[in-house]
Amino acid sequence: MNNKKIEIKKGTIKRLLSYLFKNNKSKLFIVLICIIISAIAGVLGSLFLQTLIDDNITPMIEKNLNDYTPLLNAILKMSVIYLIGIISTYTYNILMTIVAQRTLKEIRDDMFVKMDKLPIKYFDTHTHGDIMSRYTNDTDTLRQMISQSIPNMFSSLMTIIAVIFSMIYLSPFLTVFVLIFSIVTIIITRKLARNSAKHFIKGQKSLGKVNGYIEEMLNGQKVIKVFTHEKKAEEDFDILNDELMNDSFNANKYANITMPVAGNLGYLEYALVALISTYLTINNIIYFSVGTIISFLHLTRSFQMPINQVTNQLNSIIMALAGASRIFEMMDEEKERDDGYVTLVKVTEKNGKYKETKNGIWAWRHPHHDGRLEYVPLKGHIELNGVDFGYVKGKQILYDVTVYAKPGQKIALVGSTGAGKTTITNLINRFYDIEDGKIRFDGININKIKKNDLRRSIGMVLQDVFLFTGTIKENIKYGNPNATDEDVIKACKLANAHDFIMMLPKGYDTMLTGNGQELSQGQRQLLSIARVAITNPPVMILDEATSSIDTRTEKIVQDGMDKLMEGRTVFVIAHRLSTVRNSKAIMVMEHGKIIERGNHDDLIKLQGEYYKLYTGAFELE
Amino acid sequence: MIKKLIKSLREYKIPTLLTPIFVIFEVILEVLIPLLMSKLIDDGISNNNMNIVYIVGIALVICAIISLIFGILAGISVSKASTGFAKNLRHDLYYKVQDFSFYNIDKFSTSSLITRLTTDVSNVQFAFQMVVRTAVRAPLMLITSIIFSITISPKLSLIYLIVAPLLGISLLFIAKIAHPTMKKVFESYDDLNNVVEENVNAIRVVKSFTLEEEEETKFKNVSNKIYKLFVKGEKILALNSPIMQTSMYTCILLISWLGAHIIVSTGGSELTTGNLMTLFTYTTQILGSLMMLSMIFVIITISRASMERIVEVLDEIPDIQNPKNPITRVPNGSVKFENVSFSYIKDKNKEVLKDINLEIKSGEFVGIIGGTGTGKSSLVNLIPRLYDVTEGNIYVGGNNVKDYDLKMLRDEVSCVLQKNVLFSGTVVENIMWGDENASFEDVVNVCKLAQADKFINELENGYNTHIEEGGTNVSGGQKQRLCIARALLKKPKILILDDSTSAVDTRTDRLIQEAFKKDLPNTTKIVIAQRISSIEHADKIIVLDNGKINGIGTHKELLRKNEIYKEVYESQMKGSDKNE
Repeated sequence: MNNKKIEIKKGTIKRLLSYLFKNNKSKLFIVLICIIISAIAGVLGSLFLQTLIDDNITPMIEKNLNDYTPLLNAILKMSVIYLIGIISTYTYNILMTIVAQRTLKEIRDDMFVKMDKLPIKYFDTHTHGDIMSRYTNDTDTLRQMISQSIPNMFSSLMTIIAVIFSMIYLSPFLTVFVLIFSIVTIIITRKLARNSAKHFIKGQKSLGKVNGYIEEMLNGQKVIKVFTHEKKAEEDFDILNDELMNDSFNANKYANITMPVAGNLGYLEYALVALISTYLTINNIIYFSVGTIISFLHLTRSFQMPINQVTNQLNSIIMALAGASRIFEMMDEEKERDDGYVTLVKVTEKNGKYKETKNGIWAWRHPHHDGRLEYVPLKGHIELNGVDFGYVKGKQILYDVTVYAKPGQKIALVGSTGAGKTTITNLINRFYDIEDGKIRFDGININKIKKNDLRRSIGMVLQDVFLFTGTIKENIKYGNPNATDEDVIKACKLANAHDFIMMLPKGYDTMLTGNGQELSQGQRQLLSIARVAITNPPVMILDEATSSIDTRTEKIVQDGMDKLMEGRTVFVIAHRLSTVRNSKAIMVMEHGKIIERGNHDDLIKLQGEYYKLYTGAFELE
Repeated sequence: MIKKLIKSLREYKIPTLLTPIFVIFEVILEVLIPLLMSKLIDDGISNNNMNIVYIVGIALVICAIISLIFGILAGISVSKASTGFAKNLRHDLYYKVQDFSFYNIDKFSTSSLITRLTTDVSNVQFAFQMVVRTAVRAPLMLITSIIFSITISPKLSLIYLIVAPLLGISLLFIAKIAHPTMKKVFESYDDLNNVVEENVNAIRVVKSFTLEEEEETKFKNVSNKIYKLFVKGEKILALNSPIMQTSMYTCILLISWLGAHIIVSTGGSELTTGNLMTLFTYTTQILGSLMMLSMIFVIITISRASMERIVEVLDEIPDIQNPKNPITRVPNGSVKFENVSFSYIKDKNKEVLKDINLEIKSGEFVGIIGGTGTGKSSLVNLIPRLYDVTEGNIYVGGNNVKDYDLKMLRDEVSCVLQKNVLFSGTVVENIMWGDENASFEDVVNVCKLAQADKFINELENGYNTHIEEGGTNVSGGQKQRLCIARALLKKPKILILDDSTSAVDTRTDRLIQEAFKKDLPNTTKIVIAQRISSIEHADKIIVLDNGKINGIGTHKELLRKNEIYKEVYESQMKGSDKNE
C-alpha cells in the first residue's frame, strides 16, 4: 500500500508555488498581511496584561484612586485590537480555503487533461493503482498542506517572531532562558516525532499487509469454504494481525506521548520562568514588576504552542511535497505526439474533382509538400508492409509483417497468446508506433494522418468491455456525441441489442454503474458493438470479441457482429476457429511472424499449423 | 451498537480503563498549576517572601513532572487500548466471515466486506482512541476549571457560565450544518475517482473513440463541483476560529474590567492580581475543552457509519451451521435431489431452480448443459451445501446433506468453482490447499491428471514458481487446470467441475476427460460445460432451461429428442465438423 518512496524532486516547491501564485497573487498578499496582523494582535493581548496590572490596577490600589476611565480606555483599545485580529484571522482562513481549493482544482484538472493525452504505453507500464493514488492520496496530502500546514506554519512563524520581540522588550535576560529551553523542547519532540515517523511507516506497511491479506482472502472466500480452509485462513490471519498490532502500537505510542510531553515541558518552563524571575526580583538582581512577570509568563505560553505547531507540520509538509513531486512527474511525461497533417473531411465529387462540403462523403484531405492538395475518398484499404516492432527496445515482437486488407475484406489473425496478434491492431490505430516498415490507410502513410481522424475511422470491439457510468443511451452515444436518439436505436437494432434494452425497466435510460455490472457479459458486449456501429467506421478491429460469452449467447452476438461487418474492412482475432472460418484471408502467427496465410480451404489443404489447430492436435494457449 | 463493539475489547479492558484514570490525574495537576502560580505571585512576589517562592516553585516543578509522567502513561495505555481493540475487532470480523455461508457473503458482497474489515476498522480505531482519551479529559477539564474558578471568584465565574454554553452551542451548530456539505464533498470525491478509474481502465476505448475532450469536460465538472462544495463547507467550518476567539477575548476583557473593579474596590482582599492571572489560564482551558468536545462530536458522527457497518457484519447470523450430531463419513458418491427448489434471496417468487428431481449413481459421469442463468451453477452448489435448498431435500451417499459434518461433506464433495481463485504462493502451495499432508508425488500425480504437469515443468521454477495474487501470471486455461488439480488432491467421492475447462483447448479438454475416466472410475463426476464436446461421453447429460430440467439422457438420446440440446449442438458444430 505505502511502498512508495518519499522522494522530493528538485523544483517541486517552485512549481507548487507557481500554481499557488498563478491566479491568487492579490489574495495571497491579503492573506500575508492578515496573518501578520493577527499575530501582532495576539501578542498585544499578552502585553495588555502588563498594562492592566502595572499601569492600572497596582497604581489604583496604591493610590486608592477610583477613576476607571484609563482602564476603560485601555480595554476599549484592546477590544478594537482583538476585533481586528479576529477579522484578520477569519479573512485569511476563508481566503486560504479558496486559494487552496482552486489551486488543487487546477492541479487536478491539469493532471487529468495530461493523463488522457499520454500514450497507451504509459498505461501499460504503470499499474492502475499507482495512477489512481495520484488523484487520491497525493492530492489529499497536498490539500492538507496548502490549506492547513502552510498557513499554520506561516502564522506560527509570525507569532514566534512577534513573541520574541515582545519578550526582549520585557526582559532580554528571560528571553535568552526561554529560547534555550525551547531549543531543548524542540530537540526532544523532534526525536519523538522522528521515532514516531519511523514506526509509523512500519505500521503502515503492516497495515497494508493485513489489508492486502484480507482482500486476497475475502476475494477467495468461496474457495476457502469449498476447501474447508477456514482454520488455516484464521491462523495465518492472526499472525499478521498480531504483527500489525505490535507495529501500530509503537507508532501510536510515540505519537500519543509527543503531545503531553510537549505540553508538560511547557508547564515546566512556565514554572521555571516564574521561579527565576521572582528570585531575581526579590534578591534585587533584576527588578520585574508583577505585570511584567505575568505578561512574560503569558508570552511563554504563547511561544510554546507555535513551536509545537511548526515541528508537527514539518512531517506533513515533507509528505505532501513527495506527493506533489509524484503528481508533477506524471504531468512531465511526454504526451502522445501527433505530427499528422492529413485530415478527414466531407467532400462531394464533381467531374472528377472533389470539393469540401458540409454533406457528402468522407475523404482524406492530403496537402502535399509541393503545395498540391489531394482528396482521397475514405475506403478502408489497409496495408502493412514489412513491419517490425517491439514494445521495449531490443525485444522485438513483430518481424517483417505484411498484410493487405482491401476495402470490405475480412482478415483473421490466429495464433497462440503472445504471437503478436493484438500488437498488430495496436499499430494500425497508432497506439504504438512501428520501428520499421510502412502502414498505409487508403494509400496514405498513417504517420501522416492526424491521430484523431485515424482512430475515428477504425472501430474496436475488445474482449473486455468497458462501459461508462451513465445511461445506456449515453454509452451508445459515446461513439458519436452528435447522434440522435433514432441513430441510437438504429445502431442497437443492428447490434441485436434493442430487444434486451427494451426489456429493462427504464429502457434506453437505464443507468449503468461499475462498468455495467447489472448486465450480463453478452449484453455488455452487444452494447459495445452498438457503440461502434453508431460511429459507422470503414475499418473494424474485433479482438476476441466473443471469447468470454457462452455459445448460445454468442450466436446472438455473432449475428449482430455479422451485420455490422458487412461492407467494412475487418480484422478479427479469435480463439474459436469457427469465428474466423469465413474470412477472406487467415494469417497464422507464431512468435511475431506470419507463418501461414490463405483462406480456410487453402490452409486445411496445406496441412500445417492451422490444420493442427483446427483439428485440435495442438494447444492454443 | 456501542455495546456490541465494546465486546471486542476483551484483554484490553484494563488499558482502556487506565487511560481515563491517568488522564484524571493529568487534568487535576494541569488545573492545580495555575492555582499554584497565583500563590507564587501573590504570596511570593508581592510579599517579597523568598521561602514561599521556593516552596511553591518546587511544588510547581514537581506538579509539571508528575503531570508529564501521567501524560506519558496515558499516551501509552491509550495506544495499547486502541490498537488492541482494532486487532480484536478485525479478528472478530474475520472469524465471523469465515463462518459465513455463500448466502451471507453474497448478501454483503465481497468488496463491501473488504471495506468493512479495512477502512471501517481503521475509522473506528481512530474514533475510539480519540474518545477514550478526550471524552474524559475535555469534560473533566471543563468542570474542574469551572469549580476552581468559582472558588477563586464566584462573581467572575458567572462570565463562563454565560459564554461557555453559548460557545458550545455555536460550535455544535457549526459542526452540524457543515457535516452534510462535507459528506457531499466525500461523495463527489467518489465520483471523481470513478471518472479517473474509468478512464484509466478504458483508456483504449477513450482513445479509439477520440473522446479525450469529452472526458475532460466530464472530469472538470466533477472537479469543479468538489471545489465549490469544499469551499462552501470550509467557509462554514472557518467560523469556528472567530467564534472561539471572540469568546476567549470577551472573557479576558470582561474578567479584566470586572476583576479590576473587585481588586481595587476591596483593596486586593477578595481578589488578587495572581488570581486574575489564574482565571485567564482557566479561560483558555475551559474554552479549549469545549472546542475538543465539538471535535469529539464530529468524529463520532463521521465514524458512526463505520460502526454501523461493522456491527452489521457481527450481527449477521451464518445461515448454514453444523448439525448437532453430525454424520462424519460419506459412504459413497451417490446424489439424489428430491423436489428441490432454490432461491438466492429465499423468495419463492424468485426461484432459480424449480422442483428438481434427480438421481446420480456413485461413480457416474454426469454432464450439465444450458444457457447462462439457467441455474446450472446453483444446482451443483447445493450438493456440498454451499447454499441450502429453499424447498425439498438433497441426499449424498443416502444421507441428507444437512446431517453431515460440513467439513467432511465439503472434503468429499470437491467443487471447482466457475469463478475460481488462486492465491499468492508457489504452485505446490496452491495445489496443497486440497490436502496439506499430501506428498510431492501426490501433487505431481494430480497435476498429471489435470494435464497441468507439462506446462508447470515449462515454467521458470517448475513446481516452485510463484503464483501472483489471483493467478495473474498464468493463462486462463492454465489457471483452470491448476484449480482442477487442487480439487483432485482432496481425493473426493464427488468431483464437480463448474465450467472449469472453458479456456482449455479442445484437445487438452479431451485428455482431461480420458484421464478422469481411467484414473477416477469410482468418483462421481459432475461437469458443467458450454462445449458439447466436453460432456459428449457422459453417462447422463442434464439439459437445464429456466431453472427446470428440460431433458436427461445420453448424447445420442438427447440429439434425438431434445430441441435445446440439438440447437446448441448444431450451433457449435457449424463450420467446424464438416472437415473433420
